Amino acid sequence: MQMPEPNASVLARKDRVVARLREALSAAAVISDPAETRAYECDALTAYKCAPMAAVLPASTQEVSAALRICHEEGVPVVPRGAGTSLAGGSLPTADSVVLGVSRMTEVLETNYPDRYIRVQTGMTNLSVTGAVEEADFFYAPDPSSQLACAISGNIAMNSGGAHCLKYGVTTNNLLGVTLVQMDGTVVEIGGAHLDAGGLDLLGVICGSEGQLGVVTEATLRILRKPEGARPVLIGFDANETAGACVSDIIRAGILPVAIEFMDRPCIEACEAFAKAGYPMCEALLIVEVEGSEGEIADQLTRIVAIAEQHKPVALREAGDADEAARIWLGRKSAFGAMGQINDYMCLDGTIPVSALPEVLRRMGDLSAEYGLGVANVFHAGDGNMHPLILYNANTPGQLELCEALGAEILKLCVEVGGCLTGEHGVGVEKRDLMLHQYAPEDLDAQMAVKDVFDPAWLLNPAKVFPLAQSEARRVAAE
Amino acid sequence: MKPGNEAELAELVAGAAGPLRIMGGGTRDVGRPVDGTALSTAGLTGATLYEPGALTLVVRAGTPLAEVETVLAGEGQRLAFEPMDHRALLGTTGAPTIGGAVAANVSGPRRVQAGACRDFLLGVRFVDGQGRVIKNGGRVMKNVTGYDVVKLMAGSWGTLGVLTELSFKVLAIPETEMTLVARGLSDADGVALLSTALGSPFDVTGAAHLGQGVVEGGARTQVRIEGLAASVAYRRDRLTALLPGVEAVEGADSAALWREVRDVDPFAGQPGSVWKVSVRPSDGPVLCARLGTLVTGAIYDWGGGLVWLRGPEAGDGGASRIRAEVATLGGHATLVRGPEALRRQVPVFPPETAGVATLTAGLQAKYDPRGVLNPGLMG
Ligand SMILES: Cc1cc2nc3c(=O)[nH]c(=O)nc-3n(C[C@H](O)[C@H](O)[C@@H](O)COP(=O)(O)OP(=O)(O)OC[C@H]3O[C@@H](n4cnc5c(N)ncnc54)[C@H](O)[C@@H]3O)c2cc1C
Ligand SMILES: Cc1cc2nc3c(=O)[nH]c(=O)nc-3n(C[C@H](O)[C@H](O)[C@H](O)COP(=O)(O)OP(=O)(O)OC[C@H]3O[C@@H](n4cnc5c(N)ncnc54)[C@H](O)[C@@H]3O)c2cc1C
Repeated sequence: MQMPEPNASVLARKDRVVARLREALSAAAVISDPAETRAYECDALTAYKCAPMAAVLPASTQEVSAALRICHEEGVPVVPRGAGTSLAGGSLPTADSVVLGVSRMTEVLETNYPDRYIRVQTGMTNLSVTGAVEEADFFYAPDPSSQLACAISGNIAMNSGGAHCLKYGVTTNNLLGVTLVQMDGTVVEIGGAHLDAGGLDLLGVICGSEGQLGVVTEATLRILRKPEGARPVLIGFDANETAGACVSDIIRAGILPVAIEFMDRPCIEACEAFAKAGYPMCEALLIVEVEGSEGEIADQLTRIVAIAEQHKPVALREAGDADEAARIWLGRKSAFGAMGQINDYMCLDGTIPVSALPEVLRRMGDLSAEYGLGVANVFHAGDGNMHPLILYNANTPGQLELCEALGAEILKLCVEVGGCLTGEHGVGVEKRDLMLHQYAPEDLDAQMAVKDVFDPAWLLNPAKVFPLAQSEARRVAAE
Repeated sequence: MKPGNEAELAELVAGAAGPLRIMGGGTRDVGRPVDGTALSTAGLTGATLYEPGALTLVVRAGTPLAEVETVLAGEGQRLAFEPMDHRALLGTTGAPTIGGAVAANVSGPRRVQAGACRDFLLGVRFVDGQGRVIKNGGRVMKNVTGYDVVKLMAGSWGTLGVLTELSFKVLAIPETEMTLVARGLSDADGVALLSTALGSPFDVTGAAHLGQGVVEGGARTQVRIEGLAASVAYRRDRLTALLPGVEAVEGADSAALWREVRDVDPFAGQPGSVWKVSVRPSDGPVLCARLGTLVTGAIYDWGGGLVWLRGPEAGDGGASRIRAEVATLGGHATLVRGPEALRRQVPVFPPETAGVATLTAGLQAKYDPRGVLNPGLMG
């Protein structure tokens, strides 16, 4: 992984930059001791590490603005950070950068049930937002599996999804407004508690911009009333193709489940060994969950089971009560943990058209054999967002590189069949150098033009998203 | 000029010597009038991909909306964002295009539950102001590969690029729809009823209130539910218990109630300017109370958050007072209908704060450095 050379003149000015930051914030909010900056050297993509020059933990939008203004004047790159759970290296620092973390900004600013929104500081974790409105039976819909740890700021920057996004959409569909601090310290309010922009949809392009357009300090989020109940059904098939066809038929029938999860044999075996959820041993499993009252749930499940039966399932288990529902989800929820027990793994995140599912699974099997590395699949089948897990041994020299090469081949396959490189984890540094497989240079140019406008100095979250060769001219011009 | 394909369109834009007025079906006489050579997208038509089992449709931008809806209905599907037909309101003719609907980010009553046009847009191809063909997004439902320029293009009114191809997430047409109607409520009580309905677990897909004097029979408050027949019946019972005095309207009669709101029908053929205001739902009635006799009718959609106001045609059309009140509440107001002279006199689109205006101008300068695409339309 190539990263730009640290700027020697910035490194030489470290003491002055740190002193200015301490003066503007407070001494405790600025971390510069190398023993302590190590805590920020990576996110959940631990294969890449680099400690920053310093880290700042402001407590308010004003402090964020002050810190950014200083870094802008000093020409210091800034890496925004939420909880550091990115799987794409989205918050990987450079040696000459200042990490700006929002972890101290965790207040609820306003809750409004009649108008169905909440306004928060973005350091709040995803789950704590739902926690704040549960008293009134409301919830915040996007639910990444990392929701206990990840921050709203990271969710907005990555446009994160979750298991329930088939029905409720991803972050961008549930975000109403943000307070954005630009690199030069300018504070802009975009959107609000009302719907839709009056002019250009700036909110839409800020969401998913991976911390490269500004630091998001506050957010207005749509909240929804909780459904009366939810229940899954587990369906096993003797071929991936059949499971894929069943997914397509359920969707066509006009039933909109909240989730359709897919697991293939390698994944089923690993989960079963780990969690003992009592899964049937077969080639492919679907977990389909629906919501509503008891009667509505029963009605939808009857229809889903009727569709499934046309595909001759080898196993079919409806959850009769909450306990059985929990057991159906148990294996799926422990999938990543189970994989971690038996191997090191790399988690991919490409999306494909649902119709290409059988072809992609078959060709992925071929690639897996060719590279000699196992691949297990567990993913959100309703929207085609795959999470192939490549199993490797980090202690065997050369296996990480082999694993990365296989990962790149699988992602290129996703693009080839009409899909994309990443469905919810983001590009970060991980998929940066694959971008030209999906987009032509002029397509990337149109995206980088957005950054030119928001961050003309190109100081925010350096070396992410765009291949370094594509962004070089702009970075040089900005210096 | 009416290019027959994307490459021709790109060549025409690249070679443009002066301003271009981008046209879809030309059914809207929109925004601040643009003086320029007309460039029509009507030659770019037809679906290029439709996979009902993946809920995906890819279609060229000049395709008439009616054609898109017919193709989808053939498979029991639809555009869930419910684009409006504004011909009656604006007194125009022609066939609205899918590109025009996206360029305006047009969303109807279902926006409160399903989302806006931009939420269903998965990918775009467009020609920028220098004649370059650009793509962003794709045809899959989850995609965070690079910046979301798709969202930026929706609602950019042709000022950042000429859309040539669009891909959408589509949804099944539900088995049943039903509307629960209450009569004679004040604006505040009507919107409070909508808020109760939207705050229930019963998956309301439309929530509107037509104020006193807008339709015959007094004020009308309406709540829509859609889905499987048994589920709709269940939710009707639960909502009827929750919302005092409502009565159920079914099938085609229910659909007609929502077409009326979607197309702002009650203001068609009536004199006056028409404003589209977006505020917090509970602020809708507050706004109208403050405006008093300046407005002669109000239709609240989106649970109260979208207010269609009929204002004066004379003077500034109500612009300064409406915008001053909206500014104190938070939100924005757009002049959707007004004589050309009025649209030259007052800003049609909501004035932006300094920070946002700088970003908007910067983006327009990047995407259209020569300023040939609908110049001044949004300004
Ligand atoms: C200020 C204003 C606000 C409005 N707001 C709404 C609203 O919120 N909801 C609603 O339902 N209706 C609204 N309307 C009406 C609406 O604009 C149209 O009726 C529309 O949907 C017509 O489609 P069309 O193909 O006839 O587009 P046209 O009338 O031909 O074009 C509409 C706009 O989109 C641009 N455009 C068209 N095709 C393309 C393309 N392929 N690429 C780029 N740009 C293109 C045009 O330049 C023009 O600015 C509004 C009208 C005005 C005057
Ligand atoms: C076990 C596990 C499961 C996961 N499951 C899912 C899942 O189901 N769905 C999913 O979508 N993701 C998932 N993820 C990925 C990850 O949790 C998300 O990307 C999450 O949104 C990152 O949030 P964070 O607060 O940890 O952000 P960080 O990792 O700190 O940062 C992520 C990005 O956001 C930027 N950023 C952070 N704060 C700001 C700010 N204030 N302003 C601007 N930019 C900012 C950073 O610069 C970086 O580019 C998972 C990760 C793990 C480890």
